[in-house]
Amino acid sequence: MAEYERVEHDVLVIGAGGAGLRAAIAAAAGGARVGLVCKSLLGKAHTVMAEGGVAAAMGHVDDRDNWRVHFADTMRGGQYLNNWRMAQLHAQEAPDRVRELEAWGAVFDRTTDGRILQRNFGGHRYPRLAHVGDRTGLEMIRTLQDHAIHLGIDVHMEVTVVQLLKDRDRVAGAMAYDRERGRFKLFSCGAVVLATGGIGRAFDITSNSWEYTGDGHSLAYDAGAELVDMEFVQFHPTGMVWPPSVKGILVTEGVRGEGGVLRNKDGKRFMFDDIPDNYKGQTADNEEEGWRYTQGDKSARRPPELLTRDHVARCIQREVREGRGSPHGGVYLDIAWIKERLPKGAEHIRKKLPSMYHQFKQLANIDITAVPMEVGPTTHYIMGGIRVDGDTQMSNVPGLFAAGECAAGLHGANRLGGNSLSDLLVFGKRAGEHAVAFAKSQAAARLAPVDADASVAAALEPFERGGSPEAPYAIQHELQGLMQKLVGIVREEGEMRQALSGVAKLRERAMHVGVHGNREYNPGWHTALDLHHLMTVSEAITLAALERKESRGGHFRDDYPDKDPAYARFNIVLRKGLDGAMELERRTIPPMPDDLKAIIEEQKS
Amino acid sequence: MTAHTFKVWRGERGTGAFQDYSTDITEGMVVLDAMHQIQAENANDLAIRWNCKAGKCGSCSAEVNGHPKLMCMTRMDELPAHEPVTVEPMRAFPHVRDLVTDVSWNYEQKKRIKKFKPRAPDAPDGTWRMMQADVDRVQEFRKCIECFLCQDVCHVLRDHHKHDEFVGPRHLVYTAALEMHPLDIEDRLGDLKDEHAIGYCNITKCCTTVCPEHIAITDNAIIPLKERVVDSFYDPVVKLVRLLRAKRT
Repeated sequence: MAEYERVEHDVLVIGAGGAGLRAAIAAAAGGARVGLVCKSLLGKAHTVMAEGGVAAAMGHVDDRDNWRVHFADTMRGGQYLNNWRMAQLHAQEAPDRVRELEAWGAVFDRTTDGRILQRNFGGHRYPRLAHVGDRTGLEMIRTLQDHAIHLGIDVHMEVTVVQLLKDRDRVAGAMAYDRERGRFKLFSCGAVVLATGGIGRAFDITSNSWEYTGDGHSLAYDAGAELVDMEFVQFHPTGMVWPPSVKGILVTEGVRGEGGVLRNKDGKRFMFDDIPDNYKGQTADNEEEGWRYTQGDKSARRPPELLTRDHVARCIQREVREGRGSPHGGVYLDIAWIKERLPKGAEHIRKKLPSMYHQFKQLANIDITAVPMEVGPTTHYIMGGIRVDGDTQMSNVPGLFAAGECAAGLHGANRLGGNSLSDLLVFGKRAGEHAVAFAKSQAAARLAPVDADASVAAALEPFERGGSPEAPYAIQHELQGLMQKLVGIVREEGEMRQALSGVAKLRERAMHVGVHGNREYNPGWHTALDLHHLMTVSEAITLAALERKESRGGHFRDDYPDKDPAYARFNIVLRKGLDGAMELERRTIPPMPDDLKAIIEEQKS
Repeated sequence: MTAHTFKVWRGERGTGAFQDYSTDITEGMVVLDAMHQIQAENANDLAIRWNCKAGKCGSCSAEVNGHPKLMCMTRMDELPAHEPVTVEPMRAFPHVRDLVTDVSWNYEQKKRIKKFKPRAPDAPDGTWRMMQADVDRVQEFRKCIECFLCQDVCHVLRDHHKHDEFVGPRHLVYTAALEMHPLDIEDRLGDLKDEHAIGYCNITKCCTTVCPEHIAITDNAIIPLKERVVDSFYDPVVKLVRLLRAKRT
């Protein structure tokens, strides 16, 4: 029999970024005994990397803003594949979730009358992002963390879940190992909330850290949950491209919100060349108007640099491909030019974008107040994920909830910047609350010892193959290269077929991977265990992308470059079939209620 | 591309030794890149703690050539070109393995500090008004990424092992952020003096020197807190007034 420690909670939250913390807080407030599992140390999750701000229609800077506009913006950005119920709840509840953070000690930047300041961002009609310079995510995660530690939540740091366990048809536990000692923990609980974030590590160039290997997506899938919209991966238009070691690190959209412009090697602002029809009405057609917009002129329309991320990323890719890129394969992002317009321009840049200033100065030896940055697209976020109910955040598996990036629905085909931070607050809270309600309605979990033993045995297998020539890092690296090249920003049938067979071969090799050393803090072993998750999400992304024979949002196909109205009617759903193979289904989007339809119509102008 | 030698601390729970590795350095590389390269090529089980690789999460704290640093923000070209680079774990905390230390003590300290307690809302809708000028100071403290390098370098902890009495610079900054928060009405001065032993700090400013976020820890956080503690508990005039008042009642 395998050795493991038994731990019992009412609600087990897996993942301790913004969504996990907010869910844990809600669950604790609901009277549950809560366990919070972090893959890293508490407060280090990727939420700290969020820079620009949290979207909430508070209307502090422009009082024309309200939830109806935010709802319409989110749906337009998502190309109407969104779960409209989630988009509605999100727009309605985000302002309260942000104000709540202030009551817990968050210190956002202020308006001149002392309220929370809001800034412009791509795809948002009015200045909507509450922010703290360019370190909003840090402010949020720290506020949630500092609030949570006084609520009696059991925090399990540097613990990784390897499998969800079931009591008959409901999820009622998880097997995990702790990083420090390599010992196993068997969690039993009334409900599980997954808040594990993204999948960026399936790609070579990414803004994501080592943790983001699609754990939640894959754990849920193996437990019988459906994944949806997996073809929609967001490539953020502006990542660092030089030096090589920092390739992919994020450059906040806030740079463009503050007046930064994109130019090719000829000095041309190429974004003016290609403005999609559905955004023409609200996009500036000259540089002067764009500048006025960034400076708060309410009569001006936004500059094309602030179009949605999918579009900007593709325009950059086009410039590079057609030979108009910068020396290191990107384009120029210039914020220094605003010195021509603002008397204390350099100081203003340092004040508004302190961590960008710092990041370029330290990592690239570049002073962004003096010269342009070089930037290019980087894998940033996945819109797809675990299919959940809009109100409760429960998946199709009873007892299994999901919130934040690993859940899907809110963003549809493309996420607007700033909507992820509000997503994790709104739906983290909902997931936590509904998980408590579910847990309370259940009898104590009964987990089969044989399942637990099997889970531990599988996790230890790589040690038994210590002499194997297959090393975990090499396989991970090959997979990243393959996905980057064949299922990246621009996709095509033949390449994706190639990717699919490539992933299958790598999965086979991953089954023979061997690791050396012992179980204590052994990154080779951890990487070996992450491979399974990476394979699952890579296959899911590729299968869904093959099925969607059109271009929409984050999904662009060279062989089907246009949007096809026939594809606007369904989401692509994936699940594990009885034979273990991935099954795909086109699931019709339920009709939108008339009141929401009316909002979209009224906001179209 | 040139090969560079690294002396990396390998071992478990206090035991260990420097081991030599050689790896190729390319333009713009940071120490963390070199550690990852060694991990991928020569030592798959080399334990390193890291996350964001952009100086934002504060996970990859270590001592590079004897200086507390974030490995992800230490460029190779700022280190001496022809000498081996030593990389070892933070020394003020219990060792786990290779470059990883047990920093859980820090998380325990934070819980001992009284949490944020706001005044009643200013507006009927339950919100507050704060001016930017009034929050600038607190925002400086809230830049902290909890890398614990300030704790690592603090001699009260590192050399005198006062972990049971002194909360360390990180938590003095945390307390300062709460005490100077325009909305906060909690009183932490008694705790600062007794429970958190702010008196142990003798203002050598080592913490300020190593802070990767450039927070003026000593000048802006610790000294003003010390002044508040002194004003509140040691001011002779206040003491006298208190004494007289006590007699009258």
